[in-house]
Amino acid sequence: MNTEFLDAFWIMLTGSLVAVTGALLGCYLLLRRLSLIGDAISHAVLPGIAVAFLMTGSLSSVPALLGAAVVGLLCTWAIETVQHRAGVQGDAAMGIVFTFLFAVGVILVSSLAGNADLDQECVLYGELAFVIFDQTVLGMPVSTAILLANLLLVVAVLTFGYRGFFLTTFDPAFARALGFSTVAWHYVLMSLVSLSSVVSFESVGAILVVAFLVGPAAIAHLLTDRLPMMLLLAALIGISASVGGYFLAAALNANIAGAMTVVLGVEFLGVMNVQFMRKRWRVTPSVASPT
Amino acid sequence: MLSLKELLHFLSLSEPNIRYVVFGTIMVGIAAAVIGNFTFLRKRALVGDAIAHAVLPGICLAFMLQGSRSLWVLLPGAFVSGWLALLSIDWINRNSRLKPDAAIGLVLSVFFGTGVLLLTYIQQSGDGSQSGLKHFLFGQAAAILPGDLWVFGLTGLLLCGLVALFFKEFTLLSFDPDFAQAAGLPVRRLELLLSTLTVLAVVTGIQTVGVVLMAALLITPAAAARFWTDRLGAMVLLGAAFAALASVLGSFVSYQQPNMPTGPWIIVVLSAIAFFSMVFAPRRGGLARLWDKLRHAWKIREENVLKTIYHSGESLGDFTAGMHIEAVQGRRAFNPWQLRLSLFTLQRRGLLQYGASGYRLSGEGLREGARLARIHRLWELYLTEYLRLAPDHVHDDAEAMEHLITPELEAQLEAALGYPERDPHDRDIPR
Repeated sequence: MNTEFLDAFWIMLTGSLVAVTGALLGCYLLLRRLSLIGDAISHAVLPGIAVAFLMTGSLSSVPALLGAAVVGLLCTWAIETVQHRAGVQGDAAMGIVFTFLFAVGVILVSSLAGNADLDQECVLYGELAFVIFDQTVLGMPVSTAILLANLLLVVAVLTFGYRGFFLTTFDPAFARALGFSTVAWHYVLMSLVSLSSVVSFESVGAILVVAFLVGPAAIAHLLTDRLPMMLLLAALIGISASVGGYFLAAALNANIAGAMTVVLGVEFLGVMNVQFMRKRWRVTPSVASPT
Repeated sequence: MLSLKELLHFLSLSEPNIRYVVFGTIMVGIAAAVIGNFTFLRKRALVGDAIAHAVLPGICLAFMLQGSRSLWVLLPGAFVSGWLALLSIDWINRNSRLKPDAAIGLVLSVFFGTGVLLLTYIQQSGDGSQSGLKHFLFGQAAAILPGDLWVFGLTGLLLCGLVALFFKEFTLLSFDPDFAQAAGLPVRRLELLLSTLTVLAVVTGIQTVGVVLMAALLITPAAAARFWTDRLGAMVLLGAAFAALASVLGSFVSYQQPNMPTGPWIIVVLSAIAFFSMVFAPRRGGLARLWDKLRHAWKIREENVLKTIYHSGESLGDFTAGMHIEAVQGRRAFNPWQLRLSLFTLQRRGLLQYGASGYRLSGEGLREGARLARIHRLWELYLTEYLRLAPDHVHDDAEAMEHLITPELEAQLEAALGYPERDPHDRDIPR
C-alpha cells in the first residue's frame, strides 16, 4: 500500500467517525427538537477547549477532554436557567448564552496567540488533513483513536439505553409513568453531545460539528419513520458525505470539513427533489404518520 | 494597567483610528439592536444566527468574481446569500416534515460549510489580496476604514429611518400578526421588509463581530432591554443604548490590549449587561421577583399567625385572653424564628398587644382576624354550595384563597350566598 492511499484512508476514516457520531446523536436531537441545542453546545465548548489547551497544552488527555465537555453541559444548564428562572424566551436564551460563551472562548484563544496548535481558523473549521501528521497509537493517528473511542462510547450508551432514549424521546409522559427520569436521560444525551463536540473539534472545528449533528439526521428523517432505520441511514449518509467530501476537497485543494458539509447539503437537496418527484408522479407509498 | 487618563484619552477620540473603530462599532451595534428588537419579539432570534452564518459563501463568491475586498463589492454578495438562506429555511419548512429548528440548523451549517470551502479554496489559490477575507469570520473592528464608515452610516440611517417610518406596522406584526392580517396590513410585504432589514443589519455587522457572534448583536440588547420596560419604543432606544455602551467599552478593551479582539469583547460586555438586567432589573429582574415572592410569603405567614390567635380566642369565647408563643406553636406548627418575627411585626403594626398574659388581639387585630375567618368560611361554603364538594374537602382550598380574596370579591361572595351565618362545618361566619 502506498502512503498516499493510506493518508486518504485515515482522513476518510476520521471524517466518517465524526460524521457517524454526529449522525447517531443527531437523530435523537432532531426527534427531541433539540437540534439547535447541539448548535449551541458546539459553540459553547470553545472556552472549555481553550482552558484545556492553556492548562495541558493539548486536547489529547482524558481530563482535558472531560473538562472541556463539562462546559457544554454548563451551557445547557445555563440556557435552562436563563429561560426558566429569568423568564427569557427559549430561542433568545440560547442565543445569549452560546454567543457569550463563544465570545469568551475567542478571547481566551486570542490570549493564547502564539500557540501553534490552536488558532482562530482551527476553531471554526478544523483541519482534517492534519490527522495524518499525528502521532500514532495502536497503529492509528491519535485523533482517530480518540474519535473511535468516543464513537464506541456513544454506541454503547445508545445501545444499553435504547429503551430509555426511545421512550423519553417519543412519549415523555409515558416514560415518566414507567419510572424513567426524563431529566436524567436528557442530561446523558447532552453529555454525549458535549463530549462529541469536543473530540470532533480538532478535525472539523467547533461550528461544523453542527453540520453533522443536524444534516444526516435531517436527511434520514425524510426517508423513514422507524428509529433504527433512521439511525442506520443517518450513519450511512454521514459516511458517504465524508468520503464524497474528501474527494471534493482534494479536487479543490480546500478544507475537507467544509466540503463534507457541502456534500451533505447536496444530498439533502437530492432527497428533497426525489420526494417532490414522487409526489408529482403520485407513486408515494403510504405516508405514515410519525410514530 | 487601567488608568483613568487612558480612558479619558480614549474617550476624547483624538486618534483617528480610535474614532473609526468607536463610531463604526456604535453604528453597526445600534442598527443591529434596533432591528433585533423585532427579531426578538417575533421569536426568530436564531434565524438571525442562521443569516449571519450564511453570508459567508456570498462574501467569498463576490470576492472570487470581483477580486476586490471593498465592502461595496462584498456586501451585495453577503446580502444575496443571507437572503437565499432565509428563503431556504422557509422552503424547507413548507415542503418537508422537518421542524423549524432542524431547518435552521441545516441551512446554517450547510451555508457556513460552503463558505468555509470557498474561503479555503481562495486562500490556497494564493491570491495576495484575499488576506482580509477571514476577518469576516471573527470580525476585525480595528480594520474599519473611513470608507467603511460611510457604508455603516448610510445603511444604519436607512435602517433606522425605515423602522421609524413603519414602527406601528412592525409593532403590530411582532405582537399580533393575525390581527395585522385582519386589519388589512400587507403582512407578507412587511415581513419581507423586516427580513430584508435584518439581513442588511447582519451584513454590515459581521465586519465588526464576525459571523458567529453577529446573532448576539441582534438578540442580546433586545433581551436585556425587555427586562426594563414594557413599551416597545423605550425598548428599542434602551437596546440601542446598551449596544452603543458595549461598543465603546469593547473598543476600549481592545485599545488597551492590542491583541484582544474587539468583537468578542463587545459581546462579552453586552452579555454582562443582559445578565445584570436579568438579576437586577426592577419588577422583572430575578431579585425583584424574589423580593415579591418573599413579601407575599411574609404576608401569608402574618395572616396565618393572626388567624391562629383569632381561632384560639374564638374557641375560648374570649378574645381578651393572652397567648404565649408556645400556645400559638401548640395550635399550629410555625418555624419558631419566623413566628417570633411575625409576632413582632404584627405588634408593630398595632394588630397585636403584648401583656403579661402574652399576645392578644387589638381592636384592629380582631377585625382583621374576623375578616380572614369570614373569607375562609365563605369560600368553604361557596365550594360546597356551588361546586358540590364535600365539606371535608374544602378546607385546603380555602386556606389558600383566604390570602387572595379582595374586598370586592368578598362582597360578591356574601351576596351570592345570601349573607349566610353558618359555614359547612357549622361554625359562625363572623361579621
